Amino acid sequence: MTQRLGLDPAVVGEARRLATEVGGPIVELARTHTTVSVERAVLRLAGLDGADSEGMPWVNLLTDAVRGSAGLEYGVALPVWDAMAAGGYPDLAALAQDAAAGKVAFRVPEGEAATAAARAADLAVGSGIAAIDARRAERDRMLADIGDPPKPWIYLIVATGDIYEDIPQAQAAAREGADIIAVIRSTGQSLLDYVPEGATREGYAGTYATRENFRLMRAALDDVSRELGRYVRLTNYASGLCMPEIATLAGLERLDMMLNDCMYGIIFRDINPVRTFIDQRFSRQVHARAGIVINTGEDNYLTTADAVDAAHTVVVSQLLNEYFGKEAGLADSQLGLGHAFEINPAVPDSFMLELAHAQLVRELFPDAPLKYMPPTKHMTGNVFAGYLLDAFFNLCGIMTDQSILLIGMMTEGIHTPFLSDRDLALENVRYVRQAAGRLGESFRPEPGGFIERRAVEVLGEAVALLGKISVDGLLTAIADGTFGITKRPADGGRGLDGVIKRADGYVNPAIEILERDGIAAGKDASR
Amino acid sequence: MTVIRPYGDTTGDGRVQLSFTLPVPFGDATQRARAEGAALQLAAKMGLDPAMVVHAKGMGPDFTYFIVYGRSSHLVDLSQVTVAEREFDLLPAAEVNLRIRSALGRKLVVLGACIGTDAHTVGIDAILNVKGHSGEKGLEYYREMRVVNLGAQVLVPELVSRARAEHADAVLVSQVVTQKDAHLSNARELSAAFRAAYTSGTDRAGPAGLAGLAGLAGTALAASSAVAAGTAVAASSAGDARPVLVVGGPRFDPGMAGDLGVDKVFGRGTTPGEVASYLVHALAPLPTGTGNGAGG
Repeated sequence: MTQRLGLDPAVVGEARRLATEVGGPIVELARTHTTVSVERAVLRLAGLDGADSEGMPWVNLLTDAVRGSAGLEYGVALPVWDAMAAGGYPDLAALAQDAAAGKVAFRVPEGEAATAAARAADLAVGSGIAAIDARRAERDRMLADIGDPPKPWIYLIVATGDIYEDIPQAQAAAREGADIIAVIRSTGQSLLDYVPEGATREGYAGTYATRENFRLMRAALDDVSRELGRYVRLTNYASGLCMPEIATLAGLERLDMMLNDCMYGIIFRDINPVRTFIDQRFSRQVHARAGIVINTGEDNYLTTADAVDAAHTVVVSQLLNEYFGKEAGLADSQLGLGHAFEINPAVPDSFMLELAHAQLVRELFPDAPLKYMPPTKHMTGNVFAGYLLDAFFNLCGIMTDQSILLIGMMTEGIHTPFLSDRDLALENVRYVRQAAGRLGESFRPEPGGFIERRAVEVLGEAVALLGKISVDGLLTAIADGTFGITKRPADGGRGLDGVIKRADGYVNPAIEILERDGIAAGKDASR
Repeated sequence: MTVIRPYGDTTGDGRVQLSFTLPVPFGDATQRARAEGAALQLAAKMGLDPAMVVHAKGMGPDFTYFIVYGRSSHLVDLSQVTVAEREFDLLPAAEVNLRIRSALGRKLVVLGACIGTDAHTVGIDAILNVKGHSGEKGLEYYREMRVVNLGAQVLVPELVSRARAEHADAVLVSQVVTQKDAHLSNARELSAAFRAAYTSGTDRAGPAGLAGLAGLAGTALAASSAVAAGTAVAASSAGDARPVLVVGGPRFDPGMAGDLGVDKVFGRGTTPGEVASYLVHALAPLPTGTGNGAGG
């Protein structure tokens, strides 16, 4: 990776030190609390799937039953596996059915019963983590056998609401050149406190994230990967109230990337900050183990705030995402930090500003598979002007060595892309890649020139903001509206009632295994 | 002149461009000729004569994309153009904020909820959350609005008391579930409760708020820029008048506001910007004499 900007290593080091200082208390919060979704993810890892006749997942019903009698302060594992033994249940599903019918009195076992329950839980959850390890090994084999496309990876979105419509569209997109397929979720799924079950054919502006939908799409992309001779990656969203569970399902079904931002749900979905940070740490531990690349959502700040004025908030969020990600065990190669080409094209020198921002991020995170998002805010009904703007986005992405390019559609903001919109978008990026693919090797911003000065300025603003946040605390900064202009107090938002302070003696076999073994030896997930 | 034609480079030449995709293959020479013939047939049926395929490209094995130029044989009679009357202008966010600031001198308070057994917050969240939908940010994004989203299954009496406590200017209720017309009975319960609770009878929305015109979706911005600066109207202290009542959901008929006793009904496809613009129209009117083009 070429260093093109004269960034002061001392300033970069100061930025990382401040990010650690800001993030530390949040990690401590996550280590001392749990959530209903973390506990449900433990049950999913132990193999509990399915739902009752109303469609409510057994993991929800069982977790709620435990919470109602024994409480969740010690985690779900001890009471559940104690009840499994006491009731002689053949499997968790049988226990969950009885528990949902109110037939099980849970308790927090002590002494030998506790030891036995913890051991049984560790075995059951361990087999789920072994399944995730096996899926990761399977991905590594396929990447070696089938072939891994060169970067930048071309990222395309499908979202019909019907998984059986999504599949042929995703396969067509892969044949047209997509290296990554993202299935956009149904609007509002992030606010559901349960994961829907089964294959789904109806969604609002997107398709529900379910385990079965994950499985169907991954299988279809495996077929097309073999056909094309390159491994096509699959992306979904580990965000919202069920972040830990969806991360778990993604690992079990060999998804390759997951949207997983440290603050997106807080800012844009009014999910409680404390809930988010606890859920996030667990979900990132699972992603680390599964070899999944996370994609963060900094691009979203620029859809609300001005892309020039708020450029430094993107950098601050990226540094925080990096700190939280690494603390949870993610390797640099798993940090798909996000940013975007969103400066108003009417601003003078806007392309040079974009180059400065993109190059700054590239140099701050040299080993991260950066995800670069196309213009959306300033795309109008003038599709011709939009096509030009997308070409400049592609050029900026290629000149600054971005790793993942989400392909801009000239009809952004008008409709979900036509087949022809997607085809033209791919023609656009192919042209730029072919015409200027090696331009980066000759891209040398003038020392002390406009681009370098702007990058240094944004980094300086980021350090100043981190310094301020380190004094006030991150939760206070979020409550004060530092990010994305919206104020989100720590005691507000959705999902706070699902946060539980851990008691001494809390047992979570999943976290124990993930922290005991470490991530799978920091293997390079993205190559 | 009231009869006109499209203009390419000469008055009256009628020249237009269009692009489209047909589900036909574009492989060998025979297939290509057939595909172009199909495109020309469509162009002719659309009134383009003569028409010329200037670009054709296969997209995968089954589709072909075309760019066609042609002369439209149709005439446009300007005297027959009718412009739908809208009760309020669609305003950009900055102007919504400015109008609130100058008319109210404080934040406009919006209370949102799903009432009855309806647990589907997708609609109210799409309007209120910063995230928004259809490329528009939700009402939380507006600096001059204070949004309180109560979520799902809120009881009407609770909604009334929260509206009083928060000094709500507007109450937004979303209804997705429509079994046995629950959305209609819930809306009537809502309006009856608020009318009973705010007995002073000083409705905030004037008669314009009851008009309930249809046809809100997807129209272009027609923002009036005639905002008079510095003529803030002193707002009466919040809480003494009934909040503007707005209901919305995919099965509502926007024309039935009067029947339901609410001030405004929004149907399928409503965007946050439309709701914000309506709230400004109803609650933060322009000072008189500034020529609000919408006639509100």
